[in-house]
Amino acid sequence: MSNTKYILGHFEDPDDLMHGIDKLHESNVSIYDVYTPMPIHGIEDKLGIKRSRLPKAAFLFGITGTVTAFSMLYFMLVLDWPMNIGGKPAFAFPDFIPVMFELTVLFCAFGMVGTFFFSSHLFPGRAPRVMDLRATNDRFVIAIDAKDNPYPDKINDILKDAGAVEILHNERKYVSYE
Amino acid sequence: MSSHHESILREPLVTGRNITYAKVTNDILVPVENKPNKAWWIGFTVAALGALLWVVAVSYTFWFGIGTWGLNKTVGWAWDITGFVWWVGIGHAGTLISAVLLLFRQNWRNSINRSAEAMTIFAVICAATYIVSHMGRPWLAYWALPLPNQFGSLWVNFNSPLVWDVFAISTYFSVSLVFWYTGLLPDIATIRDRATGLRRRIYSVLSFGWTGSVKTWQRFEIVSLILAGISTPLVLSVHTIVSMDFATSVIPGWHTTIFPPYFVAGAIFSGFAMVQTLLLIARKVLGFENYITMFHIESMNKVIILTGSIVGVAYLTELFIAWYSGAEYEQYAFLNRVSGPYWWAYWSMMTCNVITPQLFWFKKLRTSIAASWILSIIVNIGMWFERFVIIVTSLHRDYLPSSWVMFYPSVIDVCIFIGSIGVFFTLFLLFLRVLPAIAIAEVKLLLKSSSDQAKQKLIREDSVPKVEAEYYQESLQKFDSVSTETEYAKI
Repeated sequence: MSNTKYILGHFEDPDDLMHGIDKLHESNVSIYDVYTPMPIHGIEDKLGIKRSRLPKAAFLFGITGTVTAFSMLYFMLVLDWPMNIGGKPAFAFPDFIPVMFELTVLFCAFGMVGTFFFSSHLFPGRAPRVMDLRATNDRFVIAIDAKDNPYPDKINDILKDAGAVEILHNERKYVSYE
Repeated sequence: MSSHHESILREPLVTGRNITYAKVTNDILVPVENKPNKAWWIGFTVAALGALLWVVAVSYTFWFGIGTWGLNKTVGWAWDITGFVWWVGIGHAGTLISAVLLLFRQNWRNSINRSAEAMTIFAVICAATYIVSHMGRPWLAYWALPLPNQFGSLWVNFNSPLVWDVFAISTYFSVSLVFWYTGLLPDIATIRDRATGLRRRIYSVLSFGWTGSVKTWQRFEIVSLILAGISTPLVLSVHTIVSMDFATSVIPGWHTTIFPPYFVAGAIFSGFAMVQTLLLIARKVLGFENYITMFHIESMNKVIILTGSIVGVAYLTELFIAWYSGAEYEQYAFLNRVSGPYWWAYWSMMTCNVITPQLFWFKKLRTSIAASWILSIIVNIGMWFERFVIIVTSLHRDYLPSSWVMFYPSVIDVCIFIGSIGVFFTLFLLFLRVLPAIAIAEVKLLLKSSSDQAKQKLIREDSVPKVEAEYYQESLQKFDSVSTETEYAKI
């Protein structure tokens, strides 16, 4: 067996890529991942990727912000130091709403984006785990684990039939950025 | 979306022939990957000199205090808050383009959202500098935060719109920044994978290790959508709260319930004008004619005419309600605006905001680059006057005629304003050099469905009705980036 670790099928067109995924699935070739320069709609269903739970996280972060803001305002204006402003009630709920709204948005945005970065392993200084440099430019790349699918010639044929413009047999998983 | 169907009747969002994904990347990264041209250096030098003027004028203010401004006992807010509201308003278009138009699936936003959002961030920075410098003792700026006063046990007064403003502006700035930067990640990764050496290292850190895998894109799209969803009410809340700084007071001319919607419309109006001002030049200098097309320019002009008309209706409503209220202070405030010593400011505002934008009803002007640019500058001037009129004319003749005065800006006032424009342009020009001014990934999404190339292909294949194809070809005539003769010859 060769030293090939990953087989990369390069496509120039997203529709060809989708076709390629179908063809690989028909032949029971498992796909490691797909790298594209832009989001491809409908690809998640094809690859059996579950819906993200980020919206739920976003909602929870948002509601946390609302509760935090309300508690903070209630503590400061009602419990800790109620002020007599023209004899008006200390618990002036309508005045709480702007700050509650802003903190809801703030917590939701930062919480959700933080969760996104955390779960996708994105942070400043992370070594990019990129398999092919053109996947962020003009190529739609299907990566196939060659150890799990030890029939490179068959994969080559499938990819070529589906319209792949280039097929690479890489001995290294990731591109070195050094 | 790659195979998403779009009606042939819709005008193209990307023009030019032989556009491939690679060409999109190459075209957009030209200013980032090459040495800047002469136009950029000239612009940058002028802007940097302006920024230097700002540093000098603000330092002078900090050293000698607010007394260096033209303020007096009666007019305690003038040039500074005018500048603040003007800049915050300008920022609003960026969020509108990136968030509201995303929710409405307006794909034309894809090519202008990046630079519009950058504009938002820089405009809010300029606005924030006004807030800090008008405090007089900026080293105590943290007193606006919910800390016990003097670290005793009295808190800030959360019943005050000025405190809401602290929360609104800081949330708006930070959420816009997060939205903008998240959207930048895929494009920074594109630059990274084409760069070498030190540049690659820098962009590698900035890219957060973006790879473009399926799962990341899936999450990215969800994050963008939800950020758009929460930014939409956020942007409306920000200028609403800014308007409440005035509307909750008891100053005639400020104390009106129309202020929130009127301010929001004005903000979008001035913001789109600033986007036009910037992008009409950027598309020419950077060669983005194929991505920021005549359709984009015309669409923005339509938004300008809509919001300008809303602002016009608001002005007239204010006048009517002032008269109808029967309150003599209110009536005098408006009479004084229209015919008092600041009549020239009022009528500059009326001309620039209400009358001249109506010229955009003429298609010839709406699709003329020179006319669009000049009118966008006029709108910017008009919206500055609007804030000046609201603030100064309401204050300078207060309830006590013995304290009536005029406000005249000092040299420092003027220098801070000119300087803040310099700061804004310095930041914007630097942005154009180091980050892609158009969202590369998002424009790639349009290529197969909304580009002129894809549509011409459909027409050549005869897969669309003849009448519709002709209609489409006719709509191309206004595009300066499409030479119609050759296109017609092909049919």
